Amino acid sequence: MVKRIGLNGDEAVALAVKQVNVDVIAAYPITPQTIIVERLSEYVNNGELNAEFVPVESEHSALSTVVGAALTGARVFTATASQGLALMYEILWIASSLRLPIVMAIANRAFSAPINIHCSHDDAMAARDTGWIELFSENVQEAYDLTLQAFMMTENDNVMLPAIVNLDGFILSHSLADLYVFDDHEVAKLVRDERPIYKMPIDFKSPVTYGPLGLYDYYMEIKKQQAVAMRESYTYIKNVFEKYTELSNRKYSPVKTYGIEDAEIVVMALGSMAGNLRSIAKSLRKKGKKVGVVSLTLYRPFPQDIIIDVLKNVNVVVVMDRFPNFGSPGGPLFKDVAASLYHLKNRPLLLNIIYGLGGRETSPKEIKNIFERALEISKKGVVEEKEIWVGVRE
Amino acid sequence: MNNSLNLIKTIRDIPGDKYNQLAPGHRLCAGCGVPAMVRIALKAIPDPKVVINATGCLEVATTIYPYSSWKIPWVHNAFENAAATGSGIEAAFKALHKKFGKEMPHVIVFGGDGGTFDIGLQSLSGALERGHDFVYICYDNEAYMNTGIQRSGATPRGAATTTSPAGKIIPGKLERKKSLIEIAVAHGIEYAATASLAYPVDLFNKIRKADAVRGPAVIHFLAVCPTGWRSDPALTVEIARLAVLTRMWPLYEVEKGKYKINIFVKTPRPIEDYLKLQGRFKHLLRPENKWLLEKLKQDVERFWNYLVEKSKE
Repeated sequence: MVKRIGLNGDEAVALAVKQVNVDVIAAYPITPQTIIVERLSEYVNNGELNAEFVPVESEHSALSTVVGAALTGARVFTATASQGLALMYEILWIASSLRLPIVMAIANRAFSAPINIHCSHDDAMAARDTGWIELFSENVQEAYDLTLQAFMMTENDNVMLPAIVNLDGFILSHSLADLYVFDDHEVAKLVRDERPIYKMPIDFKSPVTYGPLGLYDYYMEIKKQQAVAMRESYTYIKNVFEKYTELSNRKYSPVKTYGIEDAEIVVMALGSMAGNLRSIAKSLRKKGKKVGVVSLTLYRPFPQDIIIDVLKNVNVVVVMDRFPNFGSPGGPLFKDVAASLYHLKNRPLLLNIIYGLGGRETSPKEIKNIFERALEISKKGVVEEKEIWVGVRE
Repeated sequence: MNNSLNLIKTIRDIPGDKYNQLAPGHRLCAGCGVPAMVRIALKAIPDPKVVINATGCLEVATTIYPYSSWKIPWVHNAFENAAATGSGIEAAFKALHKKFGKEMPHVIVFGGDGGTFDIGLQSLSGALERGHDFVYICYDNEAYMNTGIQRSGATPRGAATTTSPAGKIIPGKLERKKSLIEIAVAHGIEYAATASLAYPVDLFNKIRKADAVRGPAVIHFLAVCPTGWRSDPALTVEIARLAVLTRMWPLYEVEKGKYKINIFVKTPRPIEDYLKLQGRFKHLLRPENKWLLEKLKQDVERFWNYLVEKSKE
């Protein structure tokens, strides 16, 4: 049975983690993620979840602890944000190289300095090249759904990669919304019932040396295997989206599109901004403007084939990055899109927007201006200013 | 002594080579004090067991892919997080035991002095405070030997390392060595002890006691390092013994807060007897550096007196 209830994003993630019957949780408090671990500790201390909650002394230890726990074959979870992600950064690489089925939620928050507790995608972007699957939620419902799906993905023996579920700090983590949730026994059917979760767990009869020294004679092959695993995980990730869509009646796929059938210009973003973009696009389309919106649910592995397919006939693509660009050719999403489109003969013109840093509001009027600027570029056929910071005092 | 622990009386009681769980052929240096200690530790703690190893000499020299010296499950995560990784393994086996009836192994963590005193201290402190059931063994060779002999918080006063060289103005490390056992005891853990390769029966029994404790226990092992200490590899055990007999390395244990000096050195040998066998201390014996040697002697005397007082409590 499906229930409709009210939760904020953090609570929705915590509920999903409880429902998959996780064995070990290790986490450290950090705003705006804290509610997730507060709820999970309540579940454990009230006997609603039979798990070990390890209240570690830092995020570095949080991820280190779940790495150890995952090696035993247990189902594990951690959550963090911002500085916490930065502190555990080193271990992100180890977790993915050990091919561990770890699920981590990030309530996206800006990096210091200045210290700020609100949304940027700094943490998500810092993790983008560490070998983790990365998913972005657009709303509270997706935060719940993607947490469940992240477990389904990481626990596939053909995938064996850790996964991050991103939810925009405060915008989703602390916003109460109504959502549909499964009963516990229905969730139990989505994930593996038995243990081990990890394909090659600690075994006393056939002992394994985990995390050895690998020098120039083997290191590169190990990295290649990881790269291949990431590439090949794409198929299985899509299978999970399909299966979950069937069960939930909510459509999941790597990329969400709106109006692209005839779109002349497209605006792209990750996370909660996508909904705002569609709302403005809708009103513009009513006025006959041929505008579209593309957002990514799956950010890593990057769904390059779909991106090429949906953007190949568009005149202008505006890529919105919630991440400051310090002297690189563009924001991270911009560069991913630009690199994907480069091989097309007729490439769309590209504009990069930097927006919403540290929780800075992007108003409907500013969003409308972005669409209108794109239409203007489409008309003129030239991009004069290639990177624009929206909503910033100059 | 608690007989149910199966404590041993002589070195002959330590199981022989066929029980080795650290295979020969590893690349630790000749005369290194670590592998002999590891073998004794693995013999003292029954199966099933799992080892967690911080980055360091022991880790790199025993697991050069595709080779491994470990005949039991062994995990290396990173440098500063061996205690946290051990926490996760312990917590997970607890959960799997509770939920699925899986067997609970003995959990052993090895870290060097860098990975324990310095970069890993926070992770160790967190794990001790949370009370994870494991034996943490610090093999202390008193500097970052794996990276080429840099000073650590465990380097004794006066020792020359590559980052505390015996210079003309600053003759070696000026600061005192921290006390790991005092730090561990401050967490209220049930068992903490120092150990030495020159006293293998004491070492074996301490590891067994540490394993028998419910919750964390810490063993602090002085690991003679011929490469870093510039000593004769043939004299490793002799140097380890002199450390005890000069009171440089008191053998003591703290059981439920109760201090006990295991080898009571009534008349200590001169500290110089220990120092002169090691290149790292050679400069301390020169007249111009006498002031630093005196400070080191004071450290040793003060700590011994402290232990004598504590063991009367």
